[in-house]
Amino acid sequence: MTLVNEPVNRPEIRKKYCRFKKNGIKYIDYKDANFLLKFVNEQGKILPRRLTGTSLKFQRKIAQAVKRARHLSLLPYVTDSLK
Amino acid sequence: MQLKNYETVFILTPVLSDQQMKDTVEKFKQILKENGAEFVNEENWGLKKLAYPINHKSTGFYQLFEFKAPTTAINSLEVEFRRDERIMRFLTTALEKDALEYNIKRKKGDFKKVEKTEVANDTSK
Repeated sequence: MTLVNEPVNRPEIRKKYCRFKKNGIKYIDYKDANFLLKFVNEQGKILPRRLTGTSLKFQRKIAQAVKRARHLSLLPYVTDSLK
Repeated sequence: MQLKNYETVFILTPVLSDQQMKDTVEKFKQILKENGAEFVNEENWGLKKLAYPINHKSTGFYQLFEFKAPTTAINSLEVEFRRDERIMRFLTTALEKDALEYNIKRKKGDFKKVEKTEVANDTSK
C-alpha cells in the first residue's frame, strides 16, 4: 500500500446543451405526445431547464406544447405512473 | 379578406357509430367552408385512449383539420363546437411560419424529425 492518493474516477463532465438549437428544430408539436414525454417527469410535471439543458426560448415552447397536449388529453395533468 | 393558417383538433364522444362520427366531421367541415375556409389537410386519428377521463369517457375520436380561413370563421366554428354536445374537447391554434414548415414535413414523412431528436436524447443522458 502506498501513501499516494489514488485518483478519483469522476464521470466525464459533459456540458449541457439545448437539443433544439443543436438540431435546428424550430417548432415543437403538441400533437406528438411521445416526444413531449421527454420533457415531463413520471408525475407528468414539466422538467426544469436545469435538468434538460433546454434554452429559455424553447423551454417556453415546450411548456406551451405540453399544456396544449394536456388539454387535448394526450398527456395527463396529474398521474403517478407515466414511463 | 386575408386568410390565416389554422389548425384545429377536436375530440368526439366514443358513443357515436362510425357513420355518425363521419357525419359530425362533415358538419364542421361544412361550417368552415361556409365561412370561406380552404382545407389544407385533415386527419382522422380514430378512436384513441384519453390520458384522463373527460365526461366519464375514457376514449374518444380524434380529428384534425388544417385550413386557411378568415379570422371571423374561427369564432363561429368555436361557437358551434361549444353548442354541439358530441364534441368533448377542441383546440384551435394559429400556425406561424415554423409550424407550417413542420406540418408539411409531417405530412410527407412524419418520422424523420422524431428520429433525429431521439439520437440527440441518447447523447445527452
